[in-house]
Amino acid sequence: MDLHLDRITLVYPDGDSTLTAVDDFSLTIPSGTTTALLGPSGSGKSSLLAVAGGLTRPTSGVVRIGGDVVFAPGGGLAAATRTRLDQIGIVFQAPQLLASLTALEQLELHAHLRGRRPATVRAQAMALLAEVGLADQAHKRPAQLSGGQRQRVAIARALVGSPRVLLVDEPTSALDHARGTQIIELITRLAHELDAATLVVSHDSSTLGSVDGTVRMLDGRRELLLPVHAD
Amino acid sequence: MFVALRDLRHARGRFALMLVVITLITFLVTFLAALTAGLSRESTSAITDLPADHLAFAMPAPTDPPEFTASSVTADQWRAWAETPGVRSAEPLGVAMTRAESPATTASVTALGVAPGSAVLPGGSPNLAAGTVVLSAGAAQALSAGAGDTITLAGQELRVGAVRDAEVSFAHTPVVWTTLADWQSIGARGGDGADDRADAPDTVATVIALTLDSPATGAIATTDATAGTTTVTTTQARSAIGSFSAENGSLTTMQVFLLVISALVVGAFFTVWTISRAGEVAVLKALGASTGYLLRDAIGQAVVVLLLGVGAGTALAVAGAALLSDAVPVVVTPATTALPAVALIGLGLVGAALAIVRITRVDPHAALAAH
Ligand SMILES: Nc1ncnc2c1ncn2[C@@H]1O[C@H](COP(=O)(O)OP(=O)(O)O)[C@@H](O)[C@H]1O
Ligand SMILES: [Mg+2]
Repeated sequence: MDLHLDRITLVYPDGDSTLTAVDDFSLTIPSGTTTALLGPSGSGKSSLLAVAGGLTRPTSGVVRIGGDVVFAPGGGLAAATRTRLDQIGIVFQAPQLLASLTALEQLELHAHLRGRRPATVRAQAMALLAEVGLADQAHKRPAQLSGGQRQRVAIARALVGSPRVLLVDEPTSALDHARGTQIIELITRLAHELDAATLVVSHDSSTLGSVDGTVRMLDGRRELLLPVHAD
Repeated sequence: MFVALRDLRHARGRFALMLVVITLITFLVTFLAALTAGLSRESTSAITDLPADHLAFAMPAPTDPPEFTASSVTADQWRAWAETPGVRSAEPLGVAMTRAESPATTASVTALGVAPGSAVLPGGSPNLAAGTVVLSAGAAQALSAGAGDTITLAGQELRVGAVRDAEVSFAHTPVVWTTLADWQSIGARGGDGADDRADAPDTVATVIALTLDSPATGAIATTDATAGTTTVTTTQARSAIGSFSAENGSLTTMQVFLLVISALVVGAFFTVWTISRAGEVAVLKALGASTGYLLRDAIGQAVVVLLLGVGAGTALAVAGAALLSDAVPVVVTPATTALPAVALIGLGLVGAALAIVRITRVDPHAALAAH
């Protein structure tokens, strides 16, 4: 199902005044495709991603998955959490793995959060770890993995619930160019295979060769799209 | 408790530290409870083990609180109680701390003067005749005396008629039983007998041990008023023993303080633990963990830590009490082990819950921040 961001505005309180981090931003991402969100630091990319993932409520505008409005101003927190659990996978800028869990357990946790026995998703979790090239690291804890391996565990974790929407925040910022390109390719391929509408935030366009489309953000606004491949 | 148990295993150092602290606190609380009960028994068993439910005191002034050292009942008061309807038995009981000498040694004892044929003496009083004394196990041990020996109680020679295999003591001194007549000649309060009896020629004993058919407070009050006595239950009568009221107050205060401290320690520990987990909690929330899930996880963690710590502490205290039972008066019963354990777990959980509620305030948005 497609992800629709309809005229999203997000205003943070900022001392006595306010700060408009996202300003009337609209975007549609068809299911199975990956859209890159480019923009300089501070332009509001993470804020938009937070709204798209229900981590924070928009000041105005709505987020829809397919035809359903999932996040809107004044929406309930518990309902947003449930939507996130059932329909959205998020990869954070830092891998944000839980220190005490093995790679496999990071994925099995998703089943436990949904009230199912972790073992019920073991086969699927192992398959995903194999997809991200970590089949033989399944029983290692984050401290025993490299930065790139942790990021790939985080990607597998975001996908284990077969989400309709995948949100990824600067997955390559800690990686070199070659690894960054590989990670974006991996995300694009998995999004396609799993039919997830995917938004990848980045500030480095050079790693984005594999994505289906690119939008730019500046000062919270969507910029008129210039073709990425001008040639 | 998918994450909570793994966190405990992962943070082994912190977990072990917390276990040790809770174990030691539990040991202290439980051992103190056993000691309180043991000291209390040593102070009061002569009274609490009496086959009676009430004691009538006769104080110099009727408004005085009952006290064994000041009470003396007369034959008239005894008769008044014996004739009260609903009183199944009324027995005069002399209570006097005094010095006992055996050929081998001397010791402080409490002499209980009992009426002929009294049931007050454990096992009845067939071997208690004028001029003889029955020793409790503690008294026999303290005096190194046995049946057939002669001991001196406040200057009066008495033959040991029997030794009873019962630990009965009063104000930390072992009990010996004499006839009421011998007790009177020894002299109530262990002083010079002649003087006491000159003061109160009618004095028969210290208190009257009463067994009431139905402890109707109305009847008690009426007889108290006419006879000039003050009647309390045997449990309340413990406070009439000086050593009991002094010890019990301070030991109970210590226990209460320990319980409060343990709740604070557990609360502080889980506050620190919860704050250090804030980042992880934000990630869990961002992944879709409900507040209920997170609270269950964290409370479950607290329950595990408390159960293990309190369990180990209780086991240690029971083992310690068994090892030291010869040296210190300790009583190990469900009241001195299970009760402190339940209180510690309950209070610990309150402390932990107050800390863990912070989890509800963690903002999942924070998970997006790189660190
Ligand atoms: N939780 C927040 N509270 C207040 N201001 C915020 C918060 N998060 C971000 N901002 C501000 O919003 C603006 C956009 O930030 P962000 O969305 O993180 O941009 P980007 O991800 O593109 O670097 C910045 O000015 C930032 O300081
Ligand atoms: Mg950002």
